[in-house]
Amino acid sequence: MSSQMLVVNGIAFVAIFSALMVVFHRNPMMSVVFLIVNLICIALFFLLLQAQFLFAIQIIVYAGAIMVLFVFVVMLLNLRQEEKLHPTWRIQRILAFLGGPLLVGALWTALWHRSPSSEGFPGSFVSGFGSTEDMGRLLFSDYLFQFEAASVLLVVAMIGAVILARRKES
Amino acid sequence: MMTSFLPLVAAVLFSIGAVGVLVRRNAIVILMCIELMLNAVNLTFASYSYELRSMTGHIFIFFVMTVAAAEAAVGLGIVIAVFRKRQSADVDDVNLMRW
Repeated sequence: MSSQMLVVNGIAFVAIFSALMVVFHRNPMMSVVFLIVNLICIALFFLLLQAQFLFAIQIIVYAGAIMVLFVFVVMLLNLRQEEKLHPTWRIQRILAFLGGPLLVGALWTALWHRSPSSEGFPGSFVSGFGSTEDMGRLLFSDYLFQFEAASVLLVVAMIGAVILARRKES
Repeated sequence: MMTSFLPLVAAVLFSIGAVGVLVRRNAIVILMCIELMLNAVNLTFASYSYELRSMTGHIFIFFVMTVAAAEAAVGLGIVIAVFRKRQSADVDDVNLMRW
């Protein structure tokens, strides 16, 4: 096993372990911390896959901005005392634990038997695959409309979040 | 070999997120599990983008991150609004429109 594969396996192990802890830890605060670990693992995978720009964005936007939002809300609501898992094993939970491995099996079978991607559609790069310059060039040429639509989406989400979280004067 | 291994990891992460959405009842943890699933899909996009040497997958990841940010902001706003009303973030307490 090459040293690169060893690194990939290690990161994958940490990613899966932290994902399991996100789901099964009772304290939401610890779930947030483990989700940050998971996001950093995904960011390291991006770096291994030569997606340098996405690595930076993942750390700044996801692990930075979005998770800080989660931390604020968890602390604001103070859910510590009511996070007791109900002892009743309901049908939905049993089906979920049975269906999860089934979903993994189905996805793995599909991925193992996929047809080899012999011909790709390699783009032409100005300064290399995954570079910030090529990312910006694509965003402002081929995907300009989608980029502008994303900005509208962010404005709508911002206004919606402010209105939803506003205290009603009665 | 990395591009055949990483989608398998992403499949496991996606399934963990899906199970989490179904078994947890705290609305904030459910939102976090949705982030987990979105990240698993992002990992798949990145590995196939690397394999095909095409940056379209990176563009997709960029927009998925945008949507995830919007979704987290609105979702947490809804959680706060519900918490003000009911003093709880349990999804079972929000059952007015349940079938």
